Amino acid sequence: MERYSVFGLIKHALSYHENWQKTWRSPTPKKEYDVVIIGGGGHGLATAYYLASRYGVTNVAVIEKGWLGGGNTARNTTIVRSNYLWDESAALYEHSMKLWEGLSQDLNYNVMFSQRGVLNLGHTLGDMRDIQRRVNANRLNGIDGEVLDAQQVKEIVPIMDCSSNTRYPVLGASWQPRAGVARHDAVAWGYARGADRLGVDLIQQTEVTGLNIKKGKIVGVHTSKGDIGAKKVGCVVAGNSGVVAGMAGFKLPIESHPLQALVSEPLKPILDTVVMSNHVHGYISQTDKGDLVIGAGIDAYNGYGQRGSYPTVEHTLQAIVELFPIFSRVRMNRQWGGIVDTTPDACPILSATPVEGLFFNCGWGTGGFKATPGSGDVFAWTLANGRAHPLAEPFSIDRFYTGSLIDEHGAAGVAH
Amino acid sequence: MFYIHCPYCNERRSEEEFHAKGQAHLMRPANPEEASDREWGDYLFFRDNPRGLHQEMWVHAAGCRKFFNILRNTVSYEILETYPMGEQSSVLAEMTAGRERGEPRRAAGAVA
Repeated sequence: MERYSVFGLIKHALSYHENWQKTWRSPTPKKEYDVVIIGGGGHGLATAYYLASRYGVTNVAVIEKGWLGGGNTARNTTIVRSNYLWDESAALYEHSMKLWEGLSQDLNYNVMFSQRGVLNLGHTLGDMRDIQRRVNANRLNGIDGEVLDAQQVKEIVPIMDCSSNTRYPVLGASWQPRAGVARHDAVAWGYARGADRLGVDLIQQTEVTGLNIKKGKIVGVHTSKGDIGAKKVGCVVAGNSGVVAGMAGFKLPIESHPLQALVSEPLKPILDTVVMSNHVHGYISQTDKGDLVIGAGIDAYNGYGQRGSYPTVEHTLQAIVELFPIFSRVRMNRQWGGIVDTTPDACPILSATPVEGLFFNCGWGTGGFKATPGSGDVFAWTLANGRAHPLAEPFSIDRFYTGSLIDEHGAAGVAH
Repeated sequence: MFYIHCPYCNERRSEEEFHAKGQAHLMRPANPEEASDREWGDYLFFRDNPRGLHQEMWVHAAGCRKFFNILRNTVSYEILETYPMGEQSSVLAEMTAGRERGEPRRAAGAVA
């Protein structure tokens, strides 16, 4: 596998860029693997990459029913941050943030990680108290954060209406300068390329149709292209987790909802940070291409249709236009929905299951993109060692029976 | 965008008047004092999440404010039936009866 570098770019320019290697192979599946990962999205590919690069397990296959990174990885709004309230989730997301900070070098692939800062706005006294509490908790956990008042917010985002004339005036915000955005497709492609280089088989256009379980232990998967044996199976299928759990004969505390987002026509640079508001329900950033990327809350009903309802879009845009009157005539280019796997406490499930050798990484709900590297690393460790990584221990399915939930509705909220 | 028939108002109204309230026909443990942690966990947190037909509770929030049940396909988003609280889905009953008689599945109700 050739490394990407400026010299390579010059070399290939001389042959009109016609001789670049394929980024990854398209292998025929082997009979058996040490680890089979179901789901070739960001989290699944990151898991495969870290299994091979950090934990020495290279006999790995990733099985994807569509194409790599074609699900929620390509449908999110690319926000990366780690300012979560509780110790358990803060540790997990901050682990991820630290991996983000060196990811482009690690993968030799530019994931365009841009630490442009994230503002979480507060519009009521209650909001502001929550923000103060969360920022204090963050700082105790070694995560950067500041509480800003309306004037300071205005200095960071001059185009935002921070006056007291709005229906829900901006009173202040929490500010995480290390947070930002990354290029979502590049993350999937970078991990895929890295994993492939280390010998992982990426098997696309192959759907898992059943699990081969013998005496309570997983021995392989049935796929649309025949049976594949596996010593361990990691399931990283987001919205379809409940379907795979059904194949294994148990239930998950997960409901799948449509989550919508939309992008505008490209504009000249106007917004150089990420603004999100739980209270008026919307978040917005601008891509390097110039599009405004806008998202909000889930549609409240269960759905697998990768589409949602129009009133949710309308509600989102009302909030955005209220905050940014200057955007009121921006035209929207595209709108889409992804299927998010939400849990009752807005925290993921990284867990062993009643089936020996079968592990689930799911329930990331509306905020999984930011966790891609951390989730992959922690889940790879879990698969390699056959037990939960210390950071993953609090996120077992058992918490819904013991009652030790990690309620992140405040930090997860609408903010993804 | 849904148009939903409220079985109480007996009118077909737009989705904005309604809120989805999750899975229908959940039974609270009959003897709460004797329910185990497992039973409580299942009752509180574990829900059906089918890719296909789903029975859900909705509320006509901006109308009569009453709760009712919907039988809906979570893939095609087709609403097959709405029926009042305390009743069971007649469409689902008819489909089950039809299957027992050996009839092929109705296309609209087929799980995608």
